Amino acid sequence: MSRETALVSADWVEQHRNDPNVVLVEVDEDTSAYDKNHIAGAVRLDWKADLQDPVRRDFVNKEQFEALLASRGIGNDDTVVLYGGNNNWFAAYAHWYFKLFGHPDVRLLDGGRKIWELESRELVTDVPQRPAAEYTASDPDLAIRAFRDEVVAAIGAKNLVDVRSPDEFAGRLLAPAHLPQEQSQRGGHIPTARNIPWSKAASDDGTFRSDDELRALYGDAGLDLATDTIAYCRIGERSAHTWFVLHELLGVSNVKNYDGSWTEYGSLVGVPIAVGDEPGEAT
Amino acid sequence: MSDGCAAPAGGVSLDGVDLAKESVIQGVVTRADDDPVAGAYVRLLDASGEFTAEVPTGDAGEFRFFAGPGRWTLRTLAPRSSPVDRLVVAQRGAIAEVRVTIGA
Repeated sequence: MSRETALVSADWVEQHRNDPNVVLVEVDEDTSAYDKNHIAGAVRLDWKADLQDPVRRDFVNKEQFEALLASRGIGNDDTVVLYGGNNNWFAAYAHWYFKLFGHPDVRLLDGGRKIWELESRELVTDVPQRPAAEYTASDPDLAIRAFRDEVVAAIGAKNLVDVRSPDEFAGRLLAPAHLPQEQSQRGGHIPTARNIPWSKAASDDGTFRSDDELRALYGDAGLDLATDTIAYCRIGERSAHTWFVLHELLGVSNVKNYDGSWTEYGSLVGVPIAVGDEPGEAT
Repeated sequence: MSDGCAAPAGGVSLDGVDLAKESVIQGVVTRADDDPVAGAYVRLLDASGEFTAEVPTGDAGEFRFFAGPGRWTLRTLAPRSSPVDRLVVAQRGAIAEVRVTIGA
């Protein structure tokens, strides 16, 4: 894993616009963004309707993922380039799914939809028609996914990285500040978690910072990357962004994303919670 | 209300929101000639300058945040413009209206 195999630039996307083995995929929570316009040739994935089980609170399973990609005309040998709004949060989340199900070559467009718009590059409304493909997924790679019991056991034992904003970490906000703050979960964070916001890994335009800057970010925060690391946020998509930074850009192998994140943890009965700006103690 | 974390263009509607419990910051982004700017990116930074949220503006240049009480900075990014920072104070139960004018 490295920047060269995990990221592409906007110029690279334009240079490969007629490459039949490159599939551009836009991933937004707000699917009206794709309807309004998108990069030429891009197909759409809806993080919820396409990537979540319609009944249980969980991912689509292997068979559902295979059917989804086949229907979008994506084959196992294609180079998949994901991009989206919100600084690539949901594109990073989808990227993590592709990794979970073993897709060999999946990348992010550095800067996502935002850099494309800020540079006034072309956006179109034509929806491409891709013939259905054959797709075979691997069994989910649970080495990159953390569940709640493992997270509770990690308190004081492994690196827990809370990538939400400082106010969410402290419990002063219960959701990202573009959402109403009345929420069902308790506020705060998992005790001993360090607050390293996802946003510190990106520039204002949404592009990732350099490898040296990223190493300094986690080093200065005192994170020992030789220890197993679990990243979380509120629903697992901002922490997928940090998972991408650690696992794909910096090549740290022992990193998991806790996709249950604060929505699950903050609703659990009896688990410890720390409030305020400090990590807090394991009890 | 959305159960995700993404910000729809223009911000989340106030329909069904108990404003007495919220500290709303909202406004419009325009160019110097008063034309609204759709698709600008407004970032909400906390008192330490750290990112807290971001919303792309809607068709009328509008944006909305649900912050906490206190001092915030709005940083606006738009094509062919330098970033513009505006300070704003939010209070619980109130709506802080901000007009952001960008160059060019």
